[in-house]
Amino acid sequence: MTRVLMEGSEVLAEAALAAGCRFFAGYPMTPFTEVLEHFARKLPERGGVCINAESELEAVGMAWGALATGARAATGSTGQGLSLMQESLSEITRAELPLVVFHMARGQYDYHQATRGGGHGDYRHLVYAPVDLQEASELVQQAFDRADRWRNPVTIYGDFLLAHTAEAIEVVPSPFPSLPAKNWAVDGSLGGSGRSRNVNSIGMEKGAKGIDPQAFWQRLQAKHEAMAAAEPLAECVATDDAELVVVAFGSLARFARHAVRALRAEGVAVGLVRPITLWPFPSEVLAEACAGARRVAVLEQNGGQMIDDVRLAVLGTVPVTAIGGISSDEAGFGLGDIFEPASVRSRIAQALDAPGPT
Amino acid sequence: MSERSRPSDALPTDVRPVEGARRVGRMRPALLLHEDHDLCPGCGEPVAIRVLLEAIEELGAAQRAIGVIGIGCYTAFTSTMDIDLVQALHGRAPSVATGVKRMQPENLVVTLQGDGDMVNEGLQEVIHTAARGENVTCVLLNNGVFGETGGHMTSTTVIGQRTKNTLEGREAATHGHPILIGDLLAPLGGTAYAARGTVHDAHGVVQTKAMIKRALTAQQQGLGFSFVEILTMCPTGWFVPTADGPGYLDDVLRPVHATGELKRDGRILTTRELLDAARKQQP
Ligand code: SF4
Repeated sequence: MTRVLMEGSEVLAEAALAAGCRFFAGYPMTPFTEVLEHFARKLPERGGVCINAESELEAVGMAWGALATGARAATGSTGQGLSLMQESLSEITRAELPLVVFHMARGQYDYHQATRGGGHGDYRHLVYAPVDLQEASELVQQAFDRADRWRNPVTIYGDFLLAHTAEAIEVVPSPFPSLPAKNWAVDGSLGGSGRSRNVNSIGMEKGAKGIDPQAFWQRLQAKHEAMAAAEPLAECVATDDAELVVVAFGSLARFARHAVRALRAEGVAVGLVRPITLWPFPSEVLAEACAGARRVAVLEQNGGQMIDDVRLAVLGTVPVTAIGGISSDEAGFGLGDIFEPASVRSRIAQALDAPGPT
Repeated sequence: MSERSRPSDALPTDVRPVEGARRVGRMRPALLLHEDHDLCPGCGEPVAIRVLLEAIEELGAAQRAIGVIGIGCYTAFTSTMDIDLVQALHGRAPSVATGVKRMQPENLVVTLQGDGDMVNEGLQEVIHTAARGENVTCVLLNNGVFGETGGHMTSTTVIGQRTKNTLEGREAATHGHPILIGDLLAPLGGTAYAARGTVHDAHGVVQTKAMIKRALTAQQQGLGFSFVEILTMCPTGWFVPTADGPGYLDDVLRPVHATGELKRDGRILTTRELLDAARKQQP
């Protein structure tokens, strides 16, 4: 095994290349910029294409075109840039194109954006929140696989820490079961045959008169329900007899895991549930982990977003307390002082001391 | 209204067709699945689409052409155009075409957009695509209105033109000036070919097909971005009788959006120069 010291952004690009990504388009924005830089350097070297798009709107449009030809393609930005892409991110889901989105957020303030989206209509993206670079290198490859398998966009939710921390890792190509042929993609060869294709987001069929939105949207809904059943992933740490269950994701969960292990070593009955998929949220795993708990504490770096999903998962069976909050650096890049082992430990300790349910 | 703009007067329907005349429906282009469509009678867009499909076929490119289609009345033709298609969002076709072309450089990639789509919603897309010298062909169907919403002002609506939200006519002081998109695209370094045609008369149709062929050939040769604007009739959105569409196009749109080649073999002509040249030719 050859480990190489790489910064997170490079790991993300390497993992995408290992998955066969051939196209990337993006627009620079902190903390996503270096992801674009690494794709711009690596993709042409390996026969792919990276375009420094003139805007986020154009970046996602270019990726759309590349995907329509059946190529594996990706884009990304930070939450602000992804706000600009929302129309496409929603509609490309209905076009059933397997886009992978690198969402390098400024902290965890974009949980709602990533899991609910800001676009129109009913749509869902599978969202992975890697805790570290080794996991990121695996989840990025899985993202390309699942995007093709479901014909649905998949988001990698990272942050400044994930994109910029350097770790010694090896990006190992992951094997996946073979996928069906992309018999929907265009290659221009079917012109005049009566069987030419139309990659579109409204359920338009060649030769048919009009569209059937009812049947088309119902089919997509059924697909999203199947994804919600099949894809939830979570890591549980010491939850079996935990009186307090901490819920945290992404980079912050790494700090929470450290604190939970330290407290356990001291004999405190605390555990951690770390959602690896933010959508679908691992509700069943969480509900099970909380069955014998006195309290659930949600550690997230925002004003309270994932806590909605936690409440929906436990459905009032156990009290839910927010122990995170807004925590920002001077530039607003998502590097607040919540990312301190002592801070995380004291927030968990406070939840332990909180009065029990009445 | 001029004599020429009233073909219904000029061609009484009880006159037997001249020898060899055929129903338009029997002249279906090979790359159209069937000739049924729901666009208005007298609409110029089906004519422009026909010209585009015939040009692709005549260049022998039917099995290596991919269309990227915008949103407008013409979008209905995506169910009958028998070439591979990608449906883009309103304004976004040039970027989508870029992604397609970069993955499949051997194919001819053509976008089809209306003036609302290209010049309003997605103006920066087409400009950047041209500036990049992207090897695609963008076709603009320009009728100066949002036909699909019922005839509202676009960025190409000419001064004085009545639309549903400029009922007294577009006035520069209130509504601004029309954009002559070809004049923006032609001078860009990445643009290899730019032209403005029309389908309001037979001569225009023939010329427009030649323009499309030149544009596609430029793409074929890898010369860079190519652009063909086509003036199309929209009698519904212009609120004129169907038969008056061609005359209205000629009298109202064409004096502003003059037809002709704006860039060919490195030579650039502005719309103003085209107008001046046309004026000099008149007796
Ligand atoms: S509204 Fe105008 S552009 Fe649309 S189909 Fe009717 S005539 Fe054609």
